[in-house]
Amino acid sequence: MIYDVAIIGAGIIGASVAYSLSRYDLSVVLLEKECDVALGTTRANSGIVHAGYDPPVGSLMAALNVEGNALMPDLCRDLDVLFEPCGSLVVAHNADEDKVVRELFARGLQNGVPDMEIIGRERILSMEPNLNAAVTTALWAPTAGIVNPWDLCIAMCEVFVRLGGRILLNSEVLATGRDDGHWCLTIPSGTIRAQRVINTAGLYSDEVHAQVSPPDFTILPARGQYYLLDKSQGNQVRSVIFSCPAKDTKGVVVTRTVHGNLMIGPTKEYIHDKDDTATTADGLREIRKKALKMVGSINFRENIANFSGIRANPDKDDFLIRKVSDVDHYYEAAGIKSPGLASAPAIGRYVVDLLREDGVPLPEKQRVLDDPLTMTRRIVRFNRMRPDEREALVKKDARYGRIVCRCETVTEGEVLDAIHSPLPAQTIDAVKRRTAAGLGRCQGGFCGPRIAALLAEELHLRPTEIIKDRTGSYLFTGPTGAEHSGKEPRDAR
Amino acid sequence: MHADLIIIGAGPAGLAAAAEAHRHGIRDILVLERDNEPGGILNQCIHNGFGLHIYKEELTGPEYAARAFDELRDTSVVVKQDTMVLSVSPDRVLSAINPADGYFEVSAGAIILAMGCRERTRGAIAIPGDRPSGILTAGAAQRYVNIEGCMVGKRVVLLGSGDIGLIMARRMTLEGAEVLACVELMPFSGGLTRNIVQCLQDYNIPLMLSHTITDIRGKNRLQSVTVSKVDDDLRPIPGTETEMECDTLLLSVGLIPENELSKTAGVELDPRTGGPRVTDDTRTTVPGIFACGNVLHVHDLVDNVTLEARKAGRAAARFLREEKSDNAGPARLPNGHGRTHPAPSLTIQTDHNVIYTVPQSFRLPLPDKTADIYFRVRSILRECEIVLTDAAGRIVRRVPKDYMTPGEMEKITLSADALNELGTQTLTLSVVEQEARDD
Repeated sequence: MIYDVAIIGAGIIGASVAYSLSRYDLSVVLLEKECDVALGTTRANSGIVHAGYDPPVGSLMAALNVEGNALMPDLCRDLDVLFEPCGSLVVAHNADEDKVVRELFARGLQNGVPDMEIIGRERILSMEPNLNAAVTTALWAPTAGIVNPWDLCIAMCEVFVRLGGRILLNSEVLATGRDDGHWCLTIPSGTIRAQRVINTAGLYSDEVHAQVSPPDFTILPARGQYYLLDKSQGNQVRSVIFSCPAKDTKGVVVTRTVHGNLMIGPTKEYIHDKDDTATTADGLREIRKKALKMVGSINFRENIANFSGIRANPDKDDFLIRKVSDVDHYYEAAGIKSPGLASAPAIGRYVVDLLREDGVPLPEKQRVLDDPLTMTRRIVRFNRMRPDEREALVKKDARYGRIVCRCETVTEGEVLDAIHSPLPAQTIDAVKRRTAAGLGRCQGGFCGPRIAALLAEELHLRPTEIIKDRTGSYLFTGPTGAEHSGKEPRDAR
Repeated sequence: MHADLIIIGAGPAGLAAAAEAHRHGIRDILVLERDNEPGGILNQCIHNGFGLHIYKEELTGPEYAARAFDELRDTSVVVKQDTMVLSVSPDRVLSAINPADGYFEVSAGAIILAMGCRERTRGAIAIPGDRPSGILTAGAAQRYVNIEGCMVGKRVVLLGSGDIGLIMARRMTLEGAEVLACVELMPFSGGLTRNIVQCLQDYNIPLMLSHTITDIRGKNRLQSVTVSKVDDDLRPIPGTETEMECDTLLLSVGLIPENELSKTAGVELDPRTGGPRVTDDTRTTVPGIFACGNVLHVHDLVDNVTLEARKAGRAAARFLREEKSDNAGPARLPNGHGRTHPAPSLTIQTDHNVIYTVPQSFRLPLPDKTADIYFRVRSILRECEIVLTDAAGRIVRRVPKDYMTPGEMEKITLSADALNELGTQTLTLSVVEQEARDD
């Protein structure tokens, strides 16, 4: 078959485009090189829905950030995605930084950010009692928030699939060619044909672009390292706290996550390998130092995980969302750096507008017209339910009465839901991203064996076929007893 | 729903507490266990060496668990398995869930916390590097190997020398894996001496003291770890790095009492133990809530868990009896165990060589003839003396020791009469080295 549209890359941007296109009567395929969606930049970032005072005035980033921020609360409500409108503070500690705060405020006004205020020390400390008492002023932006980026990406993909979209995993686009008036995308399992292609390949968007024409941009992968602390530290701050951006030093963010943990980071290191998500002793030390300067009471002994994400920063000052000029029917949303997550809902719509302007017919799906709820999603989140809801749920299905993940209170029923969702979880970490099982303080020590067993049973996998995350991340080398060492204690007693 | 006594956890602590409370006259006892069988972590400890003190024979973990469970046979104790307690309130109302009963709330006359502990993870020690598969805690590996029957790797490095790690080094070796080294940050092992000998030395597994892992490589599956020597301040020394190719890194870097529920009940914790502050009869700071086993402090011998749990069982039974007589009429017990008046107490402070004590204080008068203080030392000490002094500096008790190590819990036993005579004051527990040695 020839698809109407092929989207390359199932990160938050590809997912937003796919979700936006779900409304229309088109055949759409979303190609992803990894074994799950949301495995690139989307998997590891600050999870912040920026208010919109950062991007330069008049930039596409500024417009899409403010628009995306405004769309986010309703979108997350529709998709049952964890989102909290907790607001953000950019905190200054001296006269130079006070000046930066005023500049950001002025820029925010021009960008159309609503409800911002510059607030003084007393009010800052009443809002955030754990901040370093040497704060002078801060920019308070109540429209900023926090969201779970994978949750949002997965939710959009699930709706896309439910409305007839197709997602092909393990499908890296190796080459792009033209044949008989349509595009031919070579993937490991064959060729995908499509009238139109949208490149949302994130870190690899320059390389994908190069398959059809010489790119006028390069992605400069920028690594950011993070700390994720136990929920015991989650109440250190209420809103997202940014240190003041200064010329030579990159600031740091102290924020709660939607799961109630405390997250701190990121570093910013330009690296060569787009896949190098290692953390380093130096990077982690830098974060600790900067964070403690802002919030002295953070207890790093309560750390539960460190991780790195790679930002897909372009060597340009703005997002590159456009029709690729020298070829027909080829579009891209590339160079999506920060505030890409906040902008994502608006970027999906923007790409649809690009297609419309380019003459692509976009008839709305009858199903969507008949029932707008088809664009929404609901999942069971046991740990957020009231006692009476829990009681009713377990009465209906006993599998919701068995807790699999102690730390996050995730039930067997929720894990099974994830394994049988429109975008089935097939790995330990895919279950984690969908249910939060394994995300907590024991880091899967307790629930890992149970989730492995459920995956094996439901997907008919042998234990050696179960993987943690990406292809090759196997958990087991075989059954026990297969290979007896014949070893005896040195002093056989 | 109501039960006179609710015990959270059916591991060795919960089972022993239930049996003892029943022996002391409590009949309405409910034990809530989150796993699908009683026994707790013992079920995956298929090696032997358990029970030498309590049962006077060498048992495997599952055998010990079975003995503990057998003590409940023909009693009225109810054990609910597959049951997760979600919260405990300060006035002793629990919410819990299981597939059979669904969500339920139950109030308790008394509660014994016996939730055990969990393992510290890679995050707790913030090892930098990649995040491939093949890095797991020793206890998780033990479960996969001993219960699920799955081998977790072939070339193994062990970081930390806690007992579970040492046991797993041997287990992996016997299953045909190659264990390259046991890497320990401290200049001494945190494990039992018998495990160092029987699990490492007997299989020629090198113990690299004063070393740590400073980098992890492997995009998908673990490929190598970098081992570095550390200086006296435990900082890695540049230039000492060695890369070890391996597919598995087992972590045995400490255990943390699992007190999330205790916190919901408002129980005060001791940052040194990670468990509740308790008096000698295992009472926490919340009336009617007791704690025993690894949720209170991490033990190295299950026999000690059983002894402590029996104490908790007796204390909870006594509490329930007193409550009943309190409610029945005017006859307040004269011994100060009632709720309204805080009992006189002896608190124990420690010197720099002692990490913590359990209990942290004694309620006077003491209920039994003797009372124990359990504690751990901070580093290896030789030719030393345990000294307990009163507020005036007078020596209450003095015990000479040839050798003390953080890996082995210490105990001194005191006469209740002597403590009762001291009255309300603060005692100091010290370990004094008679003669400092350099090795």
